[in-house]
Amino acid sequence: MRHLLFVMLLTGLSGVATAEVADVYDFRTVEQEQRFQNLIEELRCPKCQNQNIADSNAPISKDMRAEVYRMMSEGATDREIIDALVARFGEFILYKPEVEKRTILLWATPAIAVLGGLLMVTIVVIRSRRGNAEQTALTPEEKARVEKILAEGDRDTNA
Amino acid sequence: MKRFFLFLPLLIAVVLGVVLFAGIGKDPTKLESALVGKPVPAFSLKDLNNPEAELDESLLRGEVQLLNVWGTWCPACRDEHDDLMWLAQDKGISIVGLNYKDNRADALVWLERLGNPYRKTIYDPKGTLGFDLGVYGAPETFVIDASGVVRYRHVGVVNKQVWQETLLPVINDARGNG
Repeated sequence: MRHLLFVMLLTGLSGVATAEVADVYDFRTVEQEQRFQNLIEELRCPKCQNQNIADSNAPISKDMRAEVYRMMSEGATDREIIDALVARFGEFILYKPEVEKRTILLWATPAIAVLGGLLMVTIVVIRSRRGNAEQTALTPEEKARVEKILAEGDRDTNA
Repeated sequence: MKRFFLFLPLLIAVVLGVVLFAGIGKDPTKLESALVGKPVPAFSLKDLNNPEAELDESLLRGEVQLLNVWGTWCPACRDEHDDLMWLAQDKGISIVGLNYKDNRADALVWLERLGNPYRKTIYDPKGTLGFDLGVYGAPETFVIDASGVVRYRHVGVVNKQVWQETLLPVINDARGNG
């Protein structure tokens, strides 16, 4: 009885795990399957906007996966497949938009942020060093005074 | 120079605020169609009302028309149906239907019961034309000009307000140039 329950639980859970993407495609090689997987993970579902079409079970994602598979089996390149889908659904579906004039700021923002941060750190460090140097360096008059005070101190302890 | 750096955080906050404020109120689920400015894709599908007749993209040429994507499985399509009737009957707008991923019997009952606002209805049970048009959820309504070029795509229900504020200006523009 206990075993039966365990088996039932297992089969039930495996059903949950596979329900996400129900369609099954055949691939001749593992590389092809990997290529398909990479493609559908890079494409965004237009209906359920924060999912890629690999994870989404919206009907439109199913259609898009079928189209990717169909074009792949007809020998299309990744570029051709992506272009064909963008022509229908727009650039919105690209998780990695093209690098071009319009999107360069988007792509460059992380680099700009890191460089800006580095610049700020550098400025702060340089400033604080220069400040310390200025404070520690004594003018000749100050030096003379220090030596005089020290000498007086010596005399006091000797006495 | 030092003064300028003091104001830098304020400047960044203001710029960020303006950018984010511009995004408020925009519905991110409504995407502009990738087909705007391009002709309706070629297709060859059956007429919903007449299984013998083939329809193709020439159906969408000749005058400014609406192409309305609908299905009996789509509750929002029921919501806009009365307004489509109003557009077809009172405003004299030519509307072509695209019955999307539906079955013929249900679709015919729907038109029988609620009235038929469509000049012709393309029967697309597998959603092939819908896919080529980039349809990602019904209802969607395309404005097609006289030369068969997509001018605009509206995602969601068409009502009198959408008509007045969104579709009518596009149609007037298409008529002026077409």
